[in-house]
Amino acid sequence: MSDLLQFLASGVTVGAVYALVALGFTIIYNASDVVNFAQGEFVMLGGMISVAGVAAGLPLPLAALIAIAVTSAIGVALNTFAIEPARGAPVVSLIIITIGASIFIRGVTQIVLGKGTHRLPSFSGDEPLHVFGATVLPQSLWVTAGAVAIFVALWLFFTRTLTGRAVLATSNNRLAAQLVGINTRFVMTLSFALSAAIGALAGVLITPILPTSFEVGISLALKGFAAAMLGGMGSPKGALTGGLLLGLMEALTAGYISSHYKDAVAFFVILAVLFAFPRGLYGSNPTERV
Amino acid sequence: MLTVEGLRSRYGRIEVLHGVDLFVGSGEIVTVVGANGAGKTTLLRCLSGVQPVSGGAITFRGEAMTCVPAYRRVARGLAQSPEGRQIFTNLSVEENLRLGAFIFADERVERDMADAFAMFPILREKRNQLAGGLSGGQQQMLAIARALMGRPACLLLDEPSMGLAPILVAQIFEVVKALKALDVTVLLVEQNAFGALSVADRGYVMETGRVTMGGSADELIADPRVREAYLGI
Repeated sequence: MSDLLQFLASGVTVGAVYALVALGFTIIYNASDVVNFAQGEFVMLGGMISVAGVAAGLPLPLAALIAIAVTSAIGVALNTFAIEPARGAPVVSLIIITIGASIFIRGVTQIVLGKGTHRLPSFSGDEPLHVFGATVLPQSLWVTAGAVAIFVALWLFFTRTLTGRAVLATSNNRLAAQLVGINTRFVMTLSFALSAAIGALAGVLITPILPTSFEVGISLALKGFAAAMLGGMGSPKGALTGGLLLGLMEALTAGYISSHYKDAVAFFVILAVLFAFPRGLYGSNPTERV
Repeated sequence: MLTVEGLRSRYGRIEVLHGVDLFVGSGEIVTVVGANGAGKTTLLRCLSGVQPVSGGAITFRGEAMTCVPAYRRVARGLAQSPEGRQIFTNLSVEENLRLGAFIFADERVERDMADAFAMFPILREKRNQLAGGLSGGQQQMLAIARALMGRPACLLLDEPSMGLAPILVAQIFEVVKALKALDVTVLLVEQNAFGALSVADRGYVMETGRVTMGGSADELIADPRVREAYLGI
């Protein structure tokens, strides 16, 4: 019983990070139909820049804030200098551009911030909490709470503000959005900034648990992409569900079978789900009438 | 109110508007009729700024509009109900209307929405439903109502009767006539030449990217060439 709780707790922690990465994919996909494979680099940058800030003597919250701001700016630059000029190119070309951008970001990070592996100090100590026999790191609670806060904030943004609905409208019908006076270019910029900021925040939250280096973005992007596909690309609810499911599957496989098989089992389940629901669990089913 | 001079536009290398001239006076209902592929929709896309213009000029209320970006044109008083309705299918009817007034954030938005519901009572009934679930006729009404939420001085209407049952077509043309009472100038593009000319003050005939005829609606309806080519009489 305490084993199960232990696995669930670690699954939720990792799953929350996957969900945030998947959410980043979702936001950019909705705004531009582009699957942004540089999403993992945003997470990496969030971790690496905060590490550099802390190493330079800044307090952690300030270093984290700077990391999120810089990463957002990089997200905007990615849109302005790589995606926007190629507007009108097939989506596949745009996706390849994001892969190129991710290699570029990784390379520059390696040159500027080095090849080392780093950890951030935990936000509130490393003294584990004991919950019903399971051991939970306080940082795990930070990760989970951070993810919940972001999902709630975004839900409010999309359902309660006019700007949020303008983003939804643009992803639903770009032409109509322009015709009602929405600046769809600004919506794209906003989506990249938002997605990069969410990725960076995920990076800040996870780095005390999962050490970071210039290379961690690749696997996070793959996992986040898998989570987004599992939940249904384009659906924030799907990103949350997909991320948590993927994290839990990995943790349970690692705990009960072997950690060698955790990726295999997770991807096997994803394939099985996609055979049954090709659009993912919450994928949009077009229900337009003519 | 709206003057178009020598307007040219192209898709890639293929020019589809070869110098279009037309004029819409304040308070008029003007229609552009013509066959499929004549360039009518392209003309309206140019007017709304979602299609690049390669030559000529658009002047609206005395201001040059040719280089104004699409999202600023609603604020200048030019709104469009596009071909194929293009409503936001995954948002509710009410959200669609609210987004029609995206550039406004004052109390008048509420009043305009009440007016829209008074004009189209069926939309009030379905205000909380997803717009994608509306019937074709209801979607068309929503598209017109959404454009009106932008408080246009001139409304561009692209093929509002397309794909609708005859009874709905008649209803839509009644709506167009009613706009006149609201002080909205209308530029109506239609393949249904008879319906359009019967509500319009003036009309133009477009053929393969050019305006080939123009005149009062009565003259055009009586013109033997128009009767033969577009009215099937």
